Amino acid sequence: MIKFKGIAAASGISIGPAYKMGKEEFTVPKQEIGDADIPLQIQIFEEALIKTRREIIDLQKRIATEMGQEEAQIFDAHLLVLEDRMLIEEVISRLKKEHLSVAFIFSEVLKKYIEVFSKIEDEYLKERIADINDVGKRILRNLLGKERKGFEDLKEKVVVVAHDLSPSDTAAMHKQNVCAFVTDIGGKTSHTAIMAKSLEIPAVVGVEGVTARIKTGDLLIVDGVTGTVIIEPDEETLRIYQEEETKLKGIAEKFLESKDLPAVTLDGHSIEVSANIELPEEVASVKLHGAQGIGLYRTEFLYMNRKDPPTEEEQYQAYKYVAEELAPHPVVIRTLDLGGDKFLSQFEIPTEIEPFLGWRAIRFCLARQDVFKVQLRAVLRASVHGKLKLMYPMISGLEELKQANLILNEVKEELRSKNIPFNSDIEVGAMIEVPSAAMTVDLLSREAHFFSIGTNDLIQYSLAVDRANEKVAYLYEPTHPAVLRMIKNIIDSAHANGIKVAMCGEMAGEPILIPILLGLGLDEFSMPPLLIPETKYIIRSLKVSQVKDIALQALGLATGKEVEDYAQAKLKEIIG
Amino acid sequence: MATVQKKLIVKNKQGLHARPAALFVQVANKYDSRIIVKSNKEEVNGKSIMGILMLGAEQGTEIIIEADGEDAQGAILELEKIVTSEE
Repeated sequence: MIKFKGIAAASGISIGPAYKMGKEEFTVPKQEIGDADIPLQIQIFEEALIKTRREIIDLQKRIATEMGQEEAQIFDAHLLVLEDRMLIEEVISRLKKEHLSVAFIFSEVLKKYIEVFSKIEDEYLKERIADINDVGKRILRNLLGKERKGFEDLKEKVVVVAHDLSPSDTAAMHKQNVCAFVTDIGGKTSHTAIMAKSLEIPAVVGVEGVTARIKTGDLLIVDGVTGTVIIEPDEETLRIYQEEETKLKGIAEKFLESKDLPAVTLDGHSIEVSANIELPEEVASVKLHGAQGIGLYRTEFLYMNRKDPPTEEEQYQAYKYVAEELAPHPVVIRTLDLGGDKFLSQFEIPTEIEPFLGWRAIRFCLARQDVFKVQLRAVLRASVHGKLKLMYPMISGLEELKQANLILNEVKEELRSKNIPFNSDIEVGAMIEVPSAAMTVDLLSREAHFFSIGTNDLIQYSLAVDRANEKVAYLYEPTHPAVLRMIKNIIDSAHANGIKVAMCGEMAGEPILIPILLGLGLDEFSMPPLLIPETKYIIRSLKVSQVKDIALQALGLATGKEVEDYAQAKLKEIIG
Repeated sequence: MATVQKKLIVKNKQGLHARPAALFVQVANKYDSRIIVKSNKEEVNGKSIMGILMLGAEQGTEIIIEADGEDAQGAILELEKIVTSEE
């Protein structure tokens, strides 16, 4: 028995035989070509690029549907490399000069870039080298007419062991007989780690020298909780881990069993659990994980990676599709929330010193009514195809909400005058993510049908912490007493005015906080689809009478750490 | 046709890597002008992510952006914002 320690990249425990994956090596023959062959070689190159592009786009679509948009975006960097002009021009010019086959030239050019980048000490570049390698191999494979051996032929569950895995390799494991993976290199935030989490299999990365010690067929224990890999365990160790594996599997199965049951507490209170999405393709995953609707449809992604903003028709088609797929459940469409960390190149937005406090979200939309109205028209037109609701981001006071509604009414009038059908009673809500909005919920109630707390920004603004700044990131505490009090204040004021409150920030998907949030009176939880089964399971194990007391206790604690420890202990008590 | 040149200091603390590099290339590709970026050791195509990464421009590096074409002026203005942004 040998024990190795690495970095826990994705949680869980799996036991299975090792399956070693060798490095994919290509022998690219140095083949001379004549002048007459050059056009054909260029054509082969172009076709390989087109085929690779199609492969990546198909892969992105599949991942967006089955896992989520964040994982799919990993491959954006691959497309950037694939479409790189300098790379393409260099290959073609060397092809003409050196009279060697395009596959050989391409592999030489790729090697040169990777060598140069490897010399630069930069974390970001290290990740990019992995991307360049990944997409480069795809192109080379297509140039040589080869197929990458996938995992389709595996007959039993195995633990994949490799020096390194590319995001493409990891994506190929989806729904195959792979129960865990272990790699020599890699970090917690690498693309491969992100993919492992959405595959829902344990993974340990950065286990230096581990591949050298493992043979295909060796029995392995992969503990993705502590980052431990055990080769050929003794009987006692194996027994302990088998028990633990069975226990964890049992819990996961319990979550999945109840995913389609309503989120009702033990004492009969019905709670909404809905999903956050970024792309229409994610609808499949929303349904699969048992969501009761969409609590946050982020529309920025319609506007990203393109030259011109999307047309009304294009937006209408996207909203109509989501509305129809989810009907009769509600879909909350959040209007364009750009600025801050989301930059769009189509609009002339000056570079700001404090983008999070600048010209963004609803502020931008109120100033650029031309852009805003196109989106409102598209949403209103789509509203006859299901239960659509509208939500404005970053409202900071009543005046903004009034202005936005005024514009909405203008658009409604315009549609009416043209006899274009729409739901005239469409519900309108405000995101509560600015402290000034949190303190004036009673006033905002005059102009809104519902509220949704955006915790990521609310915490950032309330605690004055830029989460992306690693020196202060530790201050970002969802359990900070100020945050809990603010949430309580929002919910109490809204309820006093007969309005329901949802939460669509990351905090809503945090299992240990569910009892507290429910105890504070939250009506709806909205989160990435993957987190829904567990959330529903927890809600179905709680009593409102009991969580009210938990929330009260939590409000009496003095620090974020105390609240976190308390919440952790309580959840353990409740679901074991 | 106009050629516009501008000498700039990279202000971004990440240098012209990471997000700023991707952003630079995306913006450069919106313009029809030919765009070249020069440092004291390299000269690269401003529309190429590999090129910009190759440049390896850290914070404080002096670079020259050159745009050549009908929309050169606009390209330089927008690219300058990215290079000199401190975010």
